Amino acid sequence: MNARTAANAKSIAQVQIRDVHFARAGRPVFQGLDLDVPAGRVTGILGPSGTGKTTLLNLIGGRLRPSRGTVQVEGHDVHRLSRAELYALRRRMGMLFQSGALLTDLSVYENVAFPLREHTRLPEPLIRDVVLIKLEMVGLRGARALMPAELSGGMARRVALARAIVLDPVMVMYDEPFTGLDPITKAVIVKLIRELNQALGLTSIVVSHDVAETFSIADYLYVIADGGVIASGTPAELRQTDSPWVRQFVNGLPDGPVPFHYPARDYYQELLEGAAP
Amino acid sequence: MIGLLQALGHWSLARVARLGRGHLFLVRTLASLPRLLPRPGLVVRELFSVGVLSLLIIVVSGGFVGFVLGLQGYVTLVRFGAEESLGVVVALSLVRELGPVVTALLFAGRAGSALAAEIGLMKSTEQLAGLEMMAVDPIERVVAPRFLAGFISMPLLAALFSVVGVWGGFFVGSGLLGVDAGAFWSQIQAQVDFRDDVLNGVIKSVVFGFVASWIAVFEGYDAVPTSEGVGRATTRTVVNTALAVLGLDFILTALMFGNF
Repeated sequence: MNARTAANAKSIAQVQIRDVHFARAGRPVFQGLDLDVPAGRVTGILGPSGTGKTTLLNLIGGRLRPSRGTVQVEGHDVHRLSRAELYALRRRMGMLFQSGALLTDLSVYENVAFPLREHTRLPEPLIRDVVLIKLEMVGLRGARALMPAELSGGMARRVALARAIVLDPVMVMYDEPFTGLDPITKAVIVKLIRELNQALGLTSIVVSHDVAETFSIADYLYVIADGGVIASGTPAELRQTDSPWVRQFVNGLPDGPVPFHYPARDYYQELLEGAAP
Repeated sequence: MIGLLQALGHWSLARVARLGRGHLFLVRTLASLPRLLPRPGLVVRELFSVGVLSLLIIVVSGGFVGFVLGLQGYVTLVRFGAEESLGVVVALSLVRELGPVVTALLFAGRAGSALAAEIGLMKSTEQLAGLEMMAVDPIERVVAPRFLAGFISMPLLAALFSVVGVWGGFFVGSGLLGVDAGAFWSQIQAQVDFRDDVLNGVIKSVVFGFVASWIAVFEGYDAVPTSEGVGRATTRTVVNTALAVLGLDFILTALMFGNF
Protein backbone atom coordinates (compact mmCIF):
# COMPACT_ATOMS: atom_id res chain seq x y z
CA MET A 1 0.00 0.00 0.00
CA ASN A 2 1.51 3.35 -0.94
CA ALA A 3 1.49 6.48 1.20
CA ARG A 4 -1.52 7.95 -0.50
CA THR A 5 -3.59 4.80 -0.01
CA ALA A 6 -2.64 4.78 3.63
CA ALA A 7 -3.69 8.42 3.89
CA ASN A 8 -7.02 7.60 2.34
CA ALA A 9 -7.49 4.70 4.73
CA LYS A 10 -7.14 7.08 7.64
CA SER A 11 -10.11 9.08 6.38
CA ILE A 12 -13.50 7.43 6.75
CA ALA A 13 -13.20 4.58 4.27
CA GLN A 14 -16.47 3.41 2.80
CA VAL A 15 -14.81 0.35 1.30
CA GLN A 16 -11.67 -1.39 2.50
CA ILE A 17 -10.17 -4.20 0.45
CA ARG A 18 -7.35 -6.17 1.99
CA ASP A 19 -5.20 -8.91 0.44
CA VAL A 20 -7.98 -10.08 -1.85
CA HIS A 21 -7.23 -13.12 -3.99
CA PHE A 22 -9.72 -14.22 -6.62
CA ALA A 23 -9.44 -16.61 -9.56
CA ARG A 24 -11.87 -17.36 -12.36
CA ALA A 25 -11.73 -20.71 -14.17
CA GLY A 26 -8.28 -21.31 -12.70
CA ARG A 27 -6.96 -17.95 -13.97
CA PRO A 28 -5.91 -15.58 -11.18
CA VAL A 29 -7.68 -12.22 -11.40
CA PHE A 30 -6.54 -10.68 -8.11
CA GLN A 31 -3.47 -11.68 -6.15
CA GLY A 32 -3.32 -9.65 -2.96
CA LEU A 33 -5.37 -6.59 -3.93
CA ASP A 34 -5.37 -3.72 -1.40
CA LEU A 35 -7.58 -0.74 -1.98
CA ASP A 36 -9.54 1.90 -0.04
CA VAL A 37 -12.49 3.93 -1.18
CA PRO A 38 -12.98 7.05 0.93
CA ALA A 39 -16.49 8.15 1.85
CA GLY A 40 -18.09 11.03 -0.02
CA ARG A 41 -15.55 11.05 -2.85
CA VAL A 42 -15.42 9.87 -6.44
CA THR A 43 -12.90 7.05 -6.73
CA GLY A 44 -11.91 5.89 -10.19
CA ILE A 45 -10.73 2.35 -10.90
CA LEU A 46 -8.86 2.25 -14.19
CA GLY A 47 -7.34 -0.59 -16.08
CA PRO A 48 -7.37 -2.34 -19.43
CA SER A 49 -10.12 -4.77 -20.36
CA GLY A 50 -9.92 -8.11 -18.59
CA THR A 51 -8.06 -6.89 -15.50
CA GLY A 52 -11.01 -7.57 -13.20
CA LYS A 53 -12.61 -4.14 -12.78
CA THR A 54 -16.17 -5.46 -12.97
CA THR A 55 -15.13 -8.44 -10.84
CA LEU A 56 -13.98 -5.95 -8.21
CA LEU A 57 -17.45 -4.35 -8.11
CA ASN A 58 -19.03 -7.79 -7.81
CA LEU A 59 -16.71 -8.57 -4.90
CA ILE A 60 -17.69 -5.32 -3.19
CA GLY A 61 -21.38 -6.06 -3.80
CA GLY A 62 -21.02 -9.58 -2.41
CA ARG A 63 -21.98 -11.28 -5.67
CA LEU A 64 -18.57 -12.97 -5.78
CA ARG A 65 -16.53 -14.40 -2.93
CA PRO A 66 -12.73 -14.02 -2.76
CA SER A 67 -10.64 -17.11 -2.11
CA ARG A 68 -8.63 -15.06 0.42
CA GLY A 69 -8.73 -11.60 1.94
CA THR A 70 -11.51 -9.32 3.10
CA VAL A 71 -13.84 -6.76 1.58
CA GLN A 72 -15.34 -4.36 4.10
CA VAL A 73 -18.14 -1.93 3.34
CA GLU A 74 -19.02 0.53 6.11
CA GLY A 75 -17.00 -1.66 8.46
CA HIS A 76 -18.91 -4.86 7.61
CA ASP A 77 -17.06 -7.82 6.12
CA VAL A 78 -19.29 -8.35 3.09
CA HIS A 79 -18.55 -12.05 2.82
CA ARG A 80 -19.30 -12.84 6.46
CA LEU A 81 -22.77 -11.30 6.42
CA SER A 82 -25.89 -13.41 6.46
CA ARG A 83 -28.11 -13.23 3.38
CA ALA A 84 -30.52 -10.85 5.14
CA GLU A 85 -27.65 -8.62 6.31
CA LEU A 86 -26.10 -8.61 2.84
CA TYR A 87 -29.40 -7.62 1.28
CA ALA A 88 -29.81 -4.88 3.89
CA LEU A 89 -26.35 -3.60 2.96
CA ARG A 90 -27.16 -3.75 -0.75
CA ARG A 91 -30.16 -1.52 -0.14
CA ARG A 92 -27.62 1.13 0.84
CA MET A 93 -25.66 0.59 -2.39
CA GLY A 94 -26.62 1.45 -5.92
CA MET A 95 -25.02 -0.07 -8.97
CA LEU A 96 -25.08 1.15 -12.53
CA PHE A 97 -24.42 -1.74 -14.89
CA GLN A 98 -22.69 -1.28 -18.21
CA SER A 99 -25.81 -2.49 -20.02
CA GLY A 100 -28.17 -0.58 -17.74
CA ALA A 101 -29.77 -3.91 -16.71
CA LEU A 102 -33.24 -2.38 -16.93
CA LEU A 103 -36.12 -4.80 -16.60
CA THR A 104 -37.29 -5.03 -20.18
CA ASP A 105 -40.93 -5.77 -19.38
CA LEU A 106 -41.33 -2.60 -17.30
CA SER A 107 -41.58 1.02 -18.45
CA VAL A 108 -39.02 3.65 -17.48
CA TYR A 109 -41.32 4.80 -14.66
CA GLU A 110 -41.87 1.28 -13.36
CA ASN A 111 -38.16 0.48 -13.56
CA VAL A 112 -37.32 3.44 -11.35
CA ALA A 113 -40.24 2.67 -9.04
CA PHE A 114 -39.22 -1.00 -8.80
CA PRO A 115 -36.86 -0.76 -5.77
CA LEU A 116 -39.41 1.40 -3.93
CA ARG A 117 -42.18 -1.12 -4.54
CA GLU A 118 -39.92 -4.00 -3.47
CA HIS A 119 -38.47 -2.47 -0.33
CA THR A 120 -40.91 0.13 0.95
CA ARG A 121 -44.60 0.44 1.68
CA LEU A 122 -44.83 4.00 0.43
CA PRO A 123 -48.24 5.11 -0.83
CA GLU A 124 -48.56 5.39 -4.60
CA PRO A 125 -48.63 9.24 -4.70
CA LEU A 126 -45.34 9.35 -2.78
CA ILE A 127 -43.76 6.73 -5.04
CA ARG A 128 -44.82 8.83 -8.01
CA ASP A 129 -43.21 11.95 -6.54
CA VAL A 130 -39.94 10.18 -5.73
CA VAL A 131 -39.74 8.59 -9.18
CA LEU A 132 -40.41 11.91 -10.91
CA ILE A 133 -37.77 13.66 -8.76
CA LYS A 134 -35.15 11.04 -9.67
CA LEU A 135 -36.09 11.08 -13.35
CA GLU A 136 -35.91 14.89 -13.32
CA MET A 137 -32.38 14.63 -11.87
CA VAL A 138 -31.26 12.57 -14.88
CA GLY A 139 -33.28 14.66 -17.32
CA LEU A 140 -35.71 11.94 -18.36
CA ARG A 141 -38.95 12.87 -16.60
CA GLY A 142 -40.54 13.24 -20.03
CA ALA A 143 -39.50 9.71 -21.04
CA ARG A 144 -41.23 7.94 -18.16
CA ALA A 145 -43.78 6.16 -20.36
CA LEU A 146 -41.18 4.68 -22.71
CA MET A 147 -40.16 1.05 -22.61
CA PRO A 148 -36.44 0.11 -22.34
CA ALA A 149 -36.41 -1.09 -25.96
CA GLU A 150 -37.32 2.46 -27.05
CA LEU A 151 -34.34 4.07 -25.27
CA SER A 152 -30.91 4.86 -26.66
CA GLY A 153 -27.88 3.45 -24.84
CA GLY A 154 -27.26 6.74 -23.06
CA MET A 155 -30.90 7.15 -22.03
CA ALA A 156 -30.99 3.58 -20.71
CA ARG A 157 -27.95 4.30 -18.58
CA ARG A 158 -29.51 7.49 -17.22
CA VAL A 159 -32.69 5.59 -16.31
CA ALA A 160 -30.54 2.95 -14.64
CA LEU A 161 -28.80 5.74 -12.75
CA ALA A 162 -32.15 7.12 -11.57
CA ARG A 163 -33.07 3.61 -10.42
CA ALA A 164 -29.70 3.18 -8.69
CA ILE A 165 -30.27 6.30 -6.55
CA VAL A 166 -33.99 5.96 -5.93
CA LEU A 167 -33.49 4.42 -2.48
CA ASP A 168 -31.03 7.22 -1.59
CA PRO A 169 -27.99 4.94 -1.22
CA VAL A 170 -24.79 6.01 0.49
CA MET A 171 -22.65 4.54 -2.27
CA VAL A 172 -23.05 4.07 -6.01
CA MET A 173 -20.85 1.83 -8.16
CA TYR A 174 -20.60 2.61 -11.84
CA ASP A 175 -19.51 -0.20 -14.16
CA GLU A 176 -18.06 1.21 -17.38
CA PRO A 177 -20.52 4.13 -17.45
CA PHE A 178 -18.99 5.75 -20.57
CA THR A 179 -18.51 2.72 -22.82
CA GLY A 180 -20.21 2.90 -26.20
CA LEU A 181 -21.62 6.40 -25.76
CA ASP A 182 -21.36 9.37 -28.10
CA PRO A 183 -19.37 12.39 -26.83
CA ILE A 184 -22.43 14.41 -25.83
CA THR A 185 -23.96 11.55 -23.85
CA LYS A 186 -20.58 10.86 -22.27
CA ALA A 187 -20.45 14.46 -21.12
CA VAL A 188 -23.99 14.15 -19.72
CA ILE A 189 -23.05 11.03 -17.73
CA VAL A 190 -19.85 12.68 -16.46
CA LYS A 191 -21.85 15.68 -15.29
CA LEU A 192 -24.48 13.49 -13.64
CA ILE A 193 -21.95 11.41 -11.71
CA ARG A 194 -20.18 14.50 -10.45
CA GLU A 195 -23.36 16.41 -9.58
CA LEU A 196 -25.07 13.46 -7.90
CA ASN A 197 -21.96 12.81 -5.87
CA GLN A 198 -21.93 16.38 -4.61
CA ALA A 199 -25.67 16.91 -4.25
CA LEU A 200 -26.42 13.64 -2.49
CA GLY A 201 -23.12 13.25 -0.66
CA LEU A 202 -22.57 9.87 -2.26
CA THR A 203 -19.51 7.72 -2.29
CA SER A 204 -18.92 6.90 -5.95
CA ILE A 205 -16.79 4.14 -7.44
CA VAL A 206 -16.31 4.54 -11.17
CA VAL A 207 -14.85 1.55 -12.96
CA SER A 208 -13.75 2.43 -16.47
CA HIS A 209 -11.10 2.27 -19.13
CA ASP A 210 -12.09 5.69 -20.48
CA VAL A 211 -9.16 7.70 -19.21
CA ALA A 212 -10.23 11.26 -20.06
CA GLU A 213 -13.71 11.02 -18.56
CA THR A 214 -12.57 9.20 -15.41
CA PHE A 215 -9.71 11.65 -14.85
CA SER A 216 -12.16 14.54 -15.17
CA ILE A 217 -14.45 13.44 -12.33
CA ALA A 218 -12.38 11.30 -9.97
CA ASP A 219 -10.92 12.66 -6.75
CA TYR A 220 -8.64 9.69 -6.50
CA LEU A 221 -7.66 6.96 -8.94
CA TYR A 222 -6.41 3.41 -8.83
CA VAL A 223 -4.91 1.69 -11.84
CA ILE A 224 -5.23 -2.08 -11.59
CA ALA A 225 -3.45 -4.72 -13.64
CA ASP A 226 -1.62 -8.00 -13.10
CA GLY A 227 -3.83 -8.90 -10.14
CA GLY A 228 -3.25 -5.78 -8.06
CA VAL A 229 -2.96 -2.01 -7.88
CA ILE A 230 -0.01 -0.87 -9.99
CA ALA A 231 -0.50 2.86 -9.42
CA SER A 232 -2.74 5.20 -7.46
CA GLY A 233 -3.03 8.90 -6.85
CA THR A 234 -4.94 11.99 -7.76
CA PRO A 235 -5.46 12.63 -11.47
CA ALA A 236 -2.66 15.22 -11.38
CA GLU A 237 -0.29 12.77 -9.71
CA LEU A 238 -1.01 10.03 -12.22
CA ARG A 239 -0.42 12.39 -15.14
CA GLN A 240 3.06 13.08 -13.75
CA THR A 241 3.94 9.46 -13.07
CA ASP A 242 7.18 7.94 -14.31
CA SER A 243 5.70 4.45 -14.57
CA PRO A 244 5.97 3.39 -18.24
CA TRP A 245 2.96 1.13 -17.78
CA VAL A 246 0.73 3.94 -16.48
CA ARG A 247 2.04 6.34 -19.11
CA GLN A 248 1.20 3.83 -21.82
CA PHE A 249 -2.31 3.38 -20.45
CA VAL A 250 -3.01 7.07 -19.78
CA ASN A 251 -1.70 8.14 -23.19
CA GLY A 252 -3.30 5.23 -25.05
CA LEU A 253 -0.11 3.96 -26.69
CA PRO A 254 -0.53 0.71 -28.69
CA ASP A 255 2.72 -0.88 -27.55
CA GLY A 256 4.86 -0.69 -24.45
CA PRO A 257 5.03 -2.64 -21.21
CA VAL A 258 1.60 -3.99 -22.14
CA PRO A 259 2.51 -5.81 -25.35
CA PHE A 260 0.50 -5.48 -28.53
CA HIS A 261 0.82 -9.22 -29.15
CA TYR A 262 -0.87 -11.94 -27.15
CA PRO A 263 1.86 -14.28 -25.84
CA ALA A 264 2.80 -16.77 -28.57
CA ARG A 265 5.66 -18.90 -29.89
CA ASP A 266 8.34 -17.43 -32.10
CA TYR A 267 6.69 -15.96 -35.19
CA TYR A 268 9.24 -17.05 -37.84
CA GLN A 269 9.65 -20.51 -36.40
CA GLU A 270 5.89 -21.01 -36.46
CA LEU A 271 5.67 -19.85 -40.08
CA LEU A 272 8.46 -22.22 -41.12
CA GLU A 273 6.74 -25.17 -39.47
CA GLY A 274 3.90 -25.08 -41.98
CA ALA A 275 0.19 -25.03 -41.51
CA ALA A 276 -0.03 -27.03 -38.28
CA PRO A 277 -2.17 -25.05 -35.76
CA MET B 1 -6.71 -44.16 -23.64
CA ILE B 2 -5.85 -42.09 -20.56
CA GLY B 3 -7.07 -39.00 -22.38
CA LEU B 4 -10.37 -40.72 -23.11
CA LEU B 5 -10.77 -41.73 -19.48
CA GLN B 6 -9.92 -38.20 -18.38
CA ALA B 7 -12.51 -36.78 -20.74
CA LEU B 8 -15.10 -39.27 -19.51
CA GLY B 9 -14.29 -38.45 -15.89
CA HIS B 10 -14.46 -34.73 -16.57
CA TRP B 11 -17.80 -35.12 -18.38
CA SER B 12 -19.22 -37.25 -15.55
CA LEU B 13 -18.10 -34.82 -12.86
CA ALA B 14 -19.59 -31.91 -14.76
CA ARG B 15 -22.91 -33.79 -15.08
CA VAL B 16 -22.99 -34.69 -11.39
CA ALA B 17 -22.14 -31.11 -10.42
CA ARG B 18 -24.92 -29.82 -12.66
CA LEU B 19 -27.37 -32.30 -11.16
CA GLY B 20 -26.38 -31.06 -7.71
CA ARG B 21 -26.84 -27.44 -8.78
CA GLY B 22 -30.24 -28.30 -10.21
CA HIS B 23 -31.41 -29.86 -6.94
CA LEU B 24 -30.09 -27.01 -4.79
CA PHE B 25 -31.81 -24.61 -7.15
CA LEU B 26 -35.07 -26.56 -6.73
CA VAL B 27 -34.78 -26.41 -2.94
CA ARG B 28 -34.25 -22.62 -3.08
CA THR B 29 -37.19 -22.26 -5.45
CA LEU B 30 -39.52 -24.34 -3.29
CA ALA B 31 -38.37 -22.48 -0.17
CA SER B 32 -39.28 -19.15 -1.75
CA LEU B 33 -42.79 -20.22 -2.78
CA PRO B 34 -44.43 -19.23 0.55
CA ARG B 35 -43.12 -15.69 0.06
CA LEU B 36 -45.29 -15.44 -3.07
CA LEU B 37 -48.47 -15.72 -1.01
CA PRO B 38 -48.74 -11.98 -0.29
CA ARG B 39 -48.04 -11.23 -3.98
CA PRO B 40 -50.44 -13.34 -6.05
CA GLY B 41 -50.23 -10.84 -8.89
CA LEU B 42 -46.76 -12.11 -9.81
CA VAL B 43 -48.09 -15.65 -10.29
CA VAL B 44 -51.25 -14.55 -12.08
CA ARG B 45 -49.21 -12.68 -14.67
CA GLU B 46 -47.09 -15.75 -15.32
CA LEU B 47 -50.18 -17.98 -15.42
CA PHE B 48 -51.33 -15.85 -18.31
CA SER B 49 -48.10 -16.13 -20.27
CA VAL B 50 -47.45 -19.80 -19.44
CA GLY B 51 -51.00 -21.15 -19.33
CA VAL B 52 -53.40 -18.93 -21.22
CA LEU B 53 -51.06 -18.33 -24.14
CA SER B 54 -50.60 -22.12 -24.45
CA LEU B 55 -54.35 -22.69 -24.82
CA LEU B 56 -54.44 -22.47 -28.60
CA ILE B 57 -51.75 -25.07 -29.25
CA ILE B 58 -53.27 -27.39 -26.61
CA VAL B 59 -56.81 -27.12 -28.00
CA VAL B 60 -55.76 -27.54 -31.62
CA SER B 61 -53.41 -30.43 -30.85
CA GLY B 62 -55.98 -32.11 -28.60
CA GLY B 63 -58.54 -31.89 -31.38
CA PHE B 64 -56.27 -33.45 -33.99
CA VAL B 65 -55.09 -36.20 -31.64
CA GLY B 66 -58.75 -36.97 -30.93
CA PHE B 67 -59.53 -37.09 -34.66
CA VAL B 68 -56.68 -39.54 -35.28
CA LEU B 69 -57.62 -41.71 -32.28
CA GLY B 70 -61.21 -41.81 -33.52
CA LEU B 71 -60.13 -42.89 -36.98
CA GLN B 72 -57.50 -45.41 -35.92
CA GLY B 73 -59.69 -46.80 -33.16
CA TYR B 74 -62.66 -47.24 -35.50
CA VAL B 75 -60.58 -48.96 -38.21
CA THR B 76 -59.27 -51.46 -35.66
CA LEU B 77 -62.46 -52.02 -33.66
CA VAL B 78 -64.74 -52.42 -36.67
CA ARG B 79 -62.83 -55.61 -37.61
CA PHE B 80 -64.09 -57.20 -34.40
CA GLY B 81 -67.51 -55.61 -34.55
CA ALA B 82 -66.64 -53.60 -31.45
CA GLU B 83 -66.85 -50.11 -32.88
CA GLU B 84 -69.27 -49.07 -30.13
CA SER B 85 -66.33 -49.28 -27.71
CA LEU B 86 -64.65 -46.45 -29.59
CA GLY B 87 -65.49 -43.95 -26.83
CA VAL B 88 -63.67 -46.03 -24.22
CA VAL B 89 -60.61 -46.48 -26.42
CA VAL B 90 -60.39 -42.76 -27.12
CA ALA B 91 -61.08 -41.69 -23.53
CA LEU B 92 -58.70 -44.14 -21.86
CA SER B 93 -55.91 -43.38 -24.34
CA LEU B 94 -56.26 -39.69 -23.66
CA VAL B 95 -56.91 -39.68 -19.93
CA ARG B 96 -54.29 -42.25 -19.01
CA GLU B 97 -51.48 -41.50 -21.48
CA LEU B 98 -51.79 -39.07 -24.32
CA GLY B 99 -53.32 -36.21 -22.34
CA PRO B 100 -50.55 -35.86 -19.76
CA VAL B 101 -47.67 -36.92 -22.05
CA VAL B 102 -48.49 -34.96 -25.20
CA THR B 103 -49.47 -31.90 -23.14
CA ALA B 104 -46.13 -32.06 -21.33
CA LEU B 105 -44.26 -32.31 -24.65
CA LEU B 106 -46.24 -29.39 -26.09
CA PHE B 107 -45.76 -27.47 -22.85
CA ALA B 108 -41.99 -27.97 -23.13
CA GLY B 109 -42.01 -26.72 -26.72
CA ARG B 110 -44.28 -23.74 -26.16
CA ALA B 111 -43.99 -22.56 -22.55
CA GLY B 112 -40.87 -24.34 -21.28
CA SER B 113 -38.64 -23.05 -24.05
CA ALA B 114 -40.07 -19.54 -23.60
CA LEU B 115 -39.41 -19.66 -19.85
CA ALA B 116 -35.83 -20.84 -20.34
CA ALA B 117 -35.16 -18.22 -23.03
CA GLU B 118 -36.70 -15.41 -20.97
CA ILE B 119 -34.73 -16.22 -17.82
CA GLY B 120 -31.55 -16.89 -19.83
CA LEU B 121 -31.87 -13.55 -21.60
CA MET B 122 -32.49 -11.80 -18.28
CA LYS B 123 -29.23 -13.35 -17.10
CA SER B 124 -27.27 -12.41 -20.21
CA THR B 125 -28.54 -8.81 -20.10
CA GLU B 126 -27.56 -8.52 -16.42
CA GLN B 127 -31.17 -8.11 -15.29
CA LEU B 128 -30.79 -10.90 -12.73
CA ALA B 129 -27.53 -9.38 -11.49
CA GLY B 130 -29.31 -6.02 -11.33
CA LEU B 131 -32.03 -7.53 -9.15
CA GLU B 132 -29.42 -9.01 -6.82
CA MET B 133 -27.73 -5.63 -6.47
CA MET B 134 -31.12 -4.05 -5.73
CA ALA B 135 -31.38 -6.56 -2.86
CA VAL B 136 -34.12 -8.48 -4.66
CA ASP B 137 -33.72 -12.25 -4.79
CA PRO B 138 -34.09 -13.29 -8.46
CA ILE B 139 -35.19 -16.78 -7.44
CA GLU B 140 -38.05 -15.31 -5.43
CA ARG B 141 -38.96 -12.56 -7.89
CA VAL B 142 -38.35 -14.20 -11.28
CA VAL B 143 -37.99 -17.97 -10.94
CA ALA B 144 -40.55 -18.98 -8.31
CA PRO B 145 -43.60 -17.30 -9.94
CA ARG B 146 -42.77 -18.91 -13.28
CA PHE B 147 -42.17 -22.29 -11.73
CA LEU B 148 -45.46 -22.14 -9.81
CA ALA B 149 -47.36 -20.96 -12.88
CA GLY B 150 -46.00 -23.87 -14.92
CA PHE B 151 -46.81 -26.33 -12.15
CA ILE B 152 -50.41 -25.08 -11.88
CA SER B 153 -50.94 -24.77 -15.64
CA MET B 154 -49.82 -28.23 -16.72
CA PRO B 155 -52.59 -30.34 -15.12
CA LEU B 156 -55.23 -27.86 -16.30
CA LEU B 157 -53.87 -27.89 -19.84
CA ALA B 158 -53.68 -31.70 -19.79
CA ALA B 159 -57.32 -31.90 -18.65
CA LEU B 160 -58.34 -29.53 -21.43
CA PHE B 161 -56.33 -31.55 -23.95
CA SER B 162 -58.13 -34.75 -22.92
CA VAL B 163 -61.57 -33.13 -23.03
CA VAL B 164 -60.99 -31.66 -26.48
CA GLY B 165 -59.47 -34.96 -27.65
CA VAL B 166 -62.54 -36.94 -26.54
CA TRP B 167 -64.78 -34.48 -28.39
CA GLY B 168 -62.50 -34.84 -31.44
CA GLY B 169 -62.84 -38.62 -31.27
CA PHE B 170 -66.60 -38.26 -30.92
CA PHE B 171 -66.76 -35.91 -33.92
CA VAL B 172 -64.92 -38.39 -36.16
CA GLY B 173 -66.40 -41.58 -34.72
CA SER B 174 -70.01 -40.51 -34.39
CA GLY B 175 -70.22 -37.58 -36.77
CA LEU B 176 -68.29 -39.00 -39.72
CA LEU B 177 -68.10 -42.77 -39.26
CA GLY B 178 -71.56 -43.44 -37.84
CA VAL B 179 -70.81 -44.82 -34.37
CA ASP B 180 -73.88 -44.48 -32.17
CA ALA B 181 -73.56 -41.38 -29.99
CA GLY B 182 -75.34 -42.95 -27.04
CA ALA B 183 -73.04 -45.99 -27.15
CA PHE B 184 -69.99 -43.72 -27.40
CA TRP B 185 -70.79 -41.76 -24.23
CA SER B 186 -72.38 -44.57 -22.21
CA GLN B 187 -69.35 -46.81 -22.78
CA ILE B 188 -67.12 -44.03 -21.48
CA GLN B 189 -69.37 -43.56 -18.47
CA ALA B 190 -69.38 -47.28 -17.72
CA GLN B 191 -65.75 -48.15 -18.37
CA VAL B 192 -63.67 -45.13 -17.35
CA ASP B 193 -62.97 -45.28 -13.63
CA PHE B 194 -62.41 -41.99 -11.84
CA ARG B 195 -59.81 -43.26 -9.40
CA ASP B 196 -57.91 -45.71 -11.61
CA ASP B 197 -57.99 -43.75 -14.84
CA VAL B 198 -58.78 -40.07 -14.34
CA LEU B 199 -56.98 -39.58 -11.04
CA ASN B 200 -53.89 -41.46 -12.21
CA GLY B 201 -53.83 -39.28 -15.32
CA VAL B 202 -54.08 -36.18 -13.13
CA ILE B 203 -51.21 -37.44 -10.95
CA LYS B 204 -49.11 -37.93 -14.08
CA SER B 205 -49.81 -34.42 -15.32
CA VAL B 206 -48.98 -32.96 -11.89
CA VAL B 207 -45.63 -34.82 -11.86
CA PHE B 208 -44.90 -33.81 -15.46
CA GLY B 209 -45.82 -30.19 -14.68
CA PHE B 210 -43.42 -30.15 -11.74
CA VAL B 211 -40.55 -31.66 -13.73
CA ALA B 212 -41.14 -29.64 -16.92
CA SER B 213 -41.32 -26.35 -14.98
CA TRP B 214 -38.25 -27.20 -12.93
CA ILE B 215 -36.20 -28.08 -16.01
CA ALA B 216 -37.30 -24.92 -17.84
CA VAL B 217 -36.51 -22.44 -15.06
CA PHE B 218 -33.26 -24.18 -14.13
CA GLU B 219 -31.98 -24.32 -17.71
CA GLY B 220 -32.68 -20.60 -18.08
CA TYR B 221 -31.08 -19.71 -14.76
CA ASP B 222 -28.04 -21.91 -15.38
CA ALA B 223 -27.57 -20.77 -19.00
CA VAL B 224 -24.21 -19.46 -20.14
CA PRO B 225 -24.97 -15.72 -20.47
CA THR B 226 -24.37 -15.44 -24.20
CA SER B 227 -26.73 -15.70 -27.17
CA GLU B 228 -25.33 -19.16 -27.93
CA GLY B 229 -25.72 -20.17 -24.29
CA VAL B 230 -29.37 -19.08 -24.22
CA GLY B 231 -30.00 -20.99 -27.47
CA ARG B 232 -28.45 -24.12 -25.98
CA ALA B 233 -30.50 -23.71 -22.79
CA THR B 234 -33.69 -23.50 -24.82
CA THR B 235 -32.82 -26.62 -26.78
CA ARG B 236 -31.82 -28.50 -23.63
CA THR B 237 -35.12 -27.55 -22.02
CA VAL B 238 -37.13 -29.20 -24.78
CA VAL B 239 -34.88 -32.27 -25.09
CA ASN B 240 -34.45 -32.88 -21.35
CA THR B 241 -38.14 -32.35 -20.64
CA ALA B 242 -39.13 -34.78 -23.40
CA LEU B 243 -36.74 -37.44 -22.11
CA ALA B 244 -37.73 -36.90 -18.48
CA VAL B 245 -41.45 -37.00 -19.26
CA LEU B 246 -41.21 -40.16 -21.36
CA GLY B 247 -39.01 -41.89 -18.78
CA LEU B 248 -41.23 -40.85 -15.88
CA ASP B 249 -44.31 -41.89 -17.83
CA PHE B 250 -43.00 -45.43 -18.04
CA ILE B 251 -42.20 -45.50 -14.33
CA LEU B 252 -45.55 -44.03 -13.31
CA THR B 253 -47.48 -46.31 -15.67
CA ALA B 254 -45.66 -49.33 -14.27
CA LEU B 255 -46.49 -48.23 -10.72
CA MET B 256 -50.11 -47.39 -11.46
CA PHE B 257 -51.16 -50.09 -13.87
CA GLY B 258 -48.37 -52.68 -13.71
CA ASN B 259 -49.88 -54.80 -10.90
CA PHE B 260 -46.44 -55.22 -9.30
